[in-house]
Amino acid sequence: MHVDAGDTAWVLGSAALVLFMTPGLALFYGGMVRSKNVLAMMVQNLGAIAVVSVVWALLAYTLAFGPDAGGFIGGLRFAGLGHPAAALPGMNLHVPPLAFAAFQMMFAVITCALLTGAGADRMRFGPFLVFAAVWTVVVYAPVAHWVFSPHGWLFRRGVLDFAGGNVVEVDSGASALALALVLGRRRGWPREVMAPHSLPLTVIGAGILWFGWFGFNAGSALGANALAAKALVDTQLAACTGLLGWLVMERLRTGHATTLGAASGAVAGLVAITPACGFVDPWAALVIGALGGVTGVLAVALKNRLRYDDSLDVVGVHGACGAVGTVSIGVLASQGAGVHLLGVQALAVLATAAWAFGLTWLLATLIHRTVGLRASAEAEVEGLDTAIHAESAYDFGNVRAGRLG
Amino acid sequence: MRLVTAIIKPFKLDDVKTALETFGVHGLTVSEVNGYGRQKGHTEVYRGAEYTVDFVPKVRLDVVVADDDAADVVDVIVKSAATGQIGDGKVWSTPVDELVRVRTGERGPDAL
Repeated sequence: MHVDAGDTAWVLGSAALVLFMTPGLALFYGGMVRSKNVLAMMVQNLGAIAVVSVVWALLAYTLAFGPDAGGFIGGLRFAGLGHPAAALPGMNLHVPPLAFAAFQMMFAVITCALLTGAGADRMRFGPFLVFAAVWTVVVYAPVAHWVFSPHGWLFRRGVLDFAGGNVVEVDSGASALALALVLGRRRGWPREVMAPHSLPLTVIGAGILWFGWFGFNAGSALGANALAAKALVDTQLAACTGLLGWLVMERLRTGHATTLGAASGAVAGLVAITPACGFVDPWAALVIGALGGVTGVLAVALKNRLRYDDSLDVVGVHGACGAVGTVSIGVLASQGAGVHLLGVQALAVLATAAWAFGLTWLLATLIHRTVGLRASAEAEVEGLDTAIHAESAYDFGNVRAGRLG
Repeated sequence: MRLVTAIIKPFKLDDVKTALETFGVHGLTVSEVNGYGRQKGHTEVYRGAEYTVDFVPKVRLDVVVADDDAADVVDVIVKSAATGQIGDGKVWSTPVDELVRVRTGERGPDAL
């Protein structure tokens, strides 16, 4: 195996960039919930980092990228990150396998962290961490194997997913739908006002996601090269047309272009380009980003009409935009576009969504029926921060704390 | 002694405070409140979901004055707080039974 210093530096740096996206997500989501629940949202994201990273190292990494069994799942050779110098089956890496393992770890982390958005304001902390651990093994790892491992059955059918349109976006979106349905609607939703308590936090979070996404997408080139450059440029262009597309769409539909819309639109564009960034030319990235922005607005509107409480629109922004981006490769790929590719892309979306939805529904139901996944009505009304974590996020006055000066 | 209370538009606070100081009132208490009257609220939109926010931010002023000054103080506040637009607020006064200065223990009009 030839280890290239430049490639390794880029992949290691990208691992850090992708990790940074999860605290960014904590801010993005945290600003969108009510102030009585902001800490619960953030600590769930921190908890996801901790649990998923450990589970990845122990078990999920090898299931995703270990020696293949039937195109369905990897073997246990790399459990506990064992044999760190051994070549990964089917892959010709120019970086140490541990660098690749670390990079992929951060993908698993953020995919799971996204699910906190579907359970916002009403999910218990400990049971969520248990859910996160099991979900990483039974939902995330298999899909990663199917799509990212060269022996995975979808990879072998020729699916194109550069950085995780299926593995991260459709997976999280479909899982989020199941989680939202099992948890049920928040008390008072949608009649009560549940507006974001701090959009400045959300915008900062969106900026961090945008920044980290360069590691997510361009890092997936697994090399410091022209492909990474194309992926980065595509990523930026799609984020921008996503932002503008969302603004135009919401201005037409509601009469206002909003800050939340701009932040959401950028994310929607980034989601849509995630599977495509290495496979389409920059002009197509402009199109895919705009498609993402428009899809996001419509998908969120559909949620309100269908009245399922995916509180922070993981289904709409990640699931729907990820599906659109993945399928669009069938038409817009710079090489190999056509009916056959379109079919494979659609198959991948459907298979991922079905697996993610079904297994998440089972897992969430199992946890909910045994130890309970949803917070009590009292906790939900009081606010999770005080009820579960015995904390308050903000102390701007001098009334609550005793002070001598 | 009387308690004069006023609900005014937040951006008029400086004008009212200056006018009161010119009149001779040298202390008051301010709090940030929400309220509505004939001035309706507004609509906010978050990811396509529209919320009607009924309440409008206002500032509440409380000041204790001598009986003889109460009517004038009310007038001073009304004149300095008015803009002519809906939502200018209201002013009222109520009797005060007891007033004490915490530092010295002075009571009644001596505590004004």
